[in-house]
Amino acid sequence: MRIIKNKMADIKRLSGRKADEIRPISAKVGVVPNADGSAMYTSGKTVAIAAVYGPKKMHPQHKQNPEKGTLRCTYSMMSFSVTDRIRPGPNRRSTEISKITEWALAPVVMLDDFPNQVVDVHINMTQADAGTRCAGINAAAMALAHAGIPMKNIVSSIASGKLDKTVVLDLDKFEDSDFDEGEGSTDIPFTFTGDGKITHIQVDGHINKEELKKSMEMALKASKEIYEVQKQALKDSIKFKK
Amino acid sequence: MKTSKITGKRIIEYLGKGKRFDGRKLDEYRNLSIETGVSKNAEGSARVKLGETEVLVGIKMGMGTPYPDSPDKGNMMVTVELLPLSSPKYELGPPQFNSIEMARVLDRVVRESKYIQLDKLCVEKGEKVWTVFIDVYAINDAGNLFDAAGFGIMAALKNAKIPKYDTKAEKVLFGELSDKSLPVAKNNPLSLTYSKIGEHIIVDPTTEEEDLIDTRVTIGSSNGIISSMQKGKEVSLEIEEFNKILDLNEVIWKEMFKKFEKELK
Repeated sequence: MRIIKNKMADIKRLSGRKADEIRPISAKVGVVPNADGSAMYTSGKTVAIAAVYGPKKMHPQHKQNPEKGTLRCTYSMMSFSVTDRIRPGPNRRSTEISKITEWALAPVVMLDDFPNQVVDVHINMTQADAGTRCAGINAAAMALAHAGIPMKNIVSSIASGKLDKTVVLDLDKFEDSDFDEGEGSTDIPFTFTGDGKITHIQVDGHINKEELKKSMEMALKASKEIYEVQKQALKDSIKFKK
Repeated sequence: MKTSKITGKRIIEYLGKGKRFDGRKLDEYRNLSIETGVSKNAEGSARVKLGETEVLVGIKMGMGTPYPDSPDKGNMMVTVELLPLSSPKYELGPPQFNSIEMARVLDRVVRESKYIQLDKLCVEKGEKVWTVFIDVYAINDAGNLFDAAGFGIMAALKNAKIPKYDTKAEKVLFGELSDKSLPVAKNNPLSLTYSKIGEHIIVDPTTEEEDLIDTRVTIGSSNGIISSMQKGKEVSLEIEEFNKILDLNEVIWKEMFKKFEKELK
């Protein structure tokens, strides 16, 4: 543990950020007027928008669940959101992230009172610079709350990770894919509920148990910051009549 | 057939007493057996049985062009086919989410641990590199295909040979294997899954138990170094539970690695 701490002071990130510093974030609610709820979340150069439609009748009918409502998320990146154009339409990556997003949100969304119905959450990345699944989840959580879907809490998502041997927060695109000193980079996207339960974790890279626990602590702390920003954005969307 | 509510209740009751229907402990795997070289035309192959669960894994290689961001590295790709012959759950058609997730998680187990030494699969920088196709087929799904497929991939990679390549004709001479083994690292990752049912954390679920899983964590690790992880399903985990899984993984990994090595001898 001591080694990690010493190293942490040494690390110089290209972005000038400290090891436990996330990118500048901002959040806004109501960006798609047609939707029942919508939100935008930006983290540095990553921008995600999410829109919620529903609860509405589930089509096709055979997918209806008579016990409770269904949450259905779709994640996709716009073709121009990255430097090399990506082919529009679903692929293996986006299919997986869609489901991961659904799982990250499901523990807080209460759809027991909506049998046979579906709540659709559409997430689009307009600009991507790593951390897109986290930004997407954050936007989706706000959009669901904005739509007035019954929820126990909102969730906040942030990646922690490792650059060589140093535990850091919130890798950007360069750090995620082009950093190759020493052990290279490790990316660990987390999602926490407002009361600190894990609803999503993935790991890609090279990390031992102690470092993983350390990075979880850092991510949990950062998720609280994000939680406040999300809450504030939701409050700001309500205009009071005097 | 989905596990009925009444059976589900019973399973959870049993877990509370530290028991399972088949007499195993909560942290006990079913019998593992691995056979390698089961398909003559494949570059490498393995048949894995985990209790009644059975998967076939085959490795094929092809010559391709490298990705622009890694001009001197070979490529790899994992696909998982959940064959309709393996369970009444699966139907013909385009790949469903289950198989896509399994393929992507297992892809990361191999890729992120750097188990295949992709830099040794470059034939001509920027022009020609080997692509390793890792294809998993479910033969009988009696639960925990995830881990069975993981063992199969490792076993098949270990036993794979690179095919001969005719540089003049620019053709792979399939069926004529060279004596060169596929370059793999010493550190052998294993992909192991921990499932939470109610309050209990179990390993190696049967089909009956699989239907009850609230959440699961699949960890790809080697000797205490975790290289990939995925939490699946829609129930949250307490931080203590997550830490417990990490501790459990260290014990189970050692145990399963011993069994895995023994099977390959």
